[in-house]
Amino acid sequence: MKLTCDEATQICDKSQYSEATFWEKLKLNLHLLLCKNCGLYSKQNNVMTKCYEKHKKEEGNKHCLCADEKEVMEKQIKEKI
Amino acid sequence: MLNPEKWVTLHADYLFNYTISRINNHDLAKDLVQDTFFAGLKAKDNFQGKASERTWLISILKRKIIDHYRKINSAKGKAEVKMNFYTDGEREGEWIEERVPNSWDNAFEKSIENDELSVVLEQCINNLPEKYAMVFRMKTIQQFETEEICKELEITSSNLWVIIHRARTQLRKCMEDNWFRN
Repeated sequence: MKLTCDEATQICDKSQYSEATFWEKLKLNLHLLLCKNCGLYSKQNNVMTKCYEKHKKEEGNKHCLCADEKEVMEKQIKEKI
Repeated sequence: MLNPEKWVTLHADYLFNYTISRINNHDLAKDLVQDTFFAGLKAKDNFQGKASERTWLISILKRKIIDHYRKINSAKGKAEVKMNFYTDGEREGEWIEERVPNSWDNAFEKSIENDELSVVLEQCINNLPEKYAMVFRMKTIQQFETEEICKELEITSSNLWVIIHRARTQLRKCMEDNWFRN
């Protein structure tokens, strides 16, 4: 029943994706009652998730192949056909 | 029938986007797409026409991506993240003192809106060992299903959660040092 901080924070991470089970969340909450460090981690984890969401929006379609790159690719393929 | 002369025009963008959402590195993604086309040429006699040309090329690309993951996960490419918890002894599983979370400035909620945050975060993600960055991005930034990532990279879900946990603990610390406490 008792979790280490390593285990507790791992469940905490998992629950950020809503994938922690009922028992995991129960054990986590018990741990959080007693552990200040993990409590802080848990609180900050929500902020981190917001940062990742913001980052996701900005990542968008940053990468694409440019015409030159495709031309080279095509040339190399035709040499091998 | 396969039509290799048209592969680049028809499939290069699709294959490239598929790759970049898994491997966030332009040149590497481009090389994997190129390798896929070459491998496709070599194996073109095996194409039975049961699947579409694109599906067939994707199946080759998937192997290339697993091979890449194996390489960055191999003993040689194995860079580990900094440990945040004791891994043995009496204190196993407890926080290592200098890695314990510090409280952040009260203004932190607001500073999430700052546009530079993304730049700093990107640097932090890029500082992770490749394997951690790859799985973290797939799960968190690209938001793939756990099951899909496990299948694609041939890892177990407990494996995945350990990687995510280590990546997130490391990123928290990195953002604390470079953003929230500045």
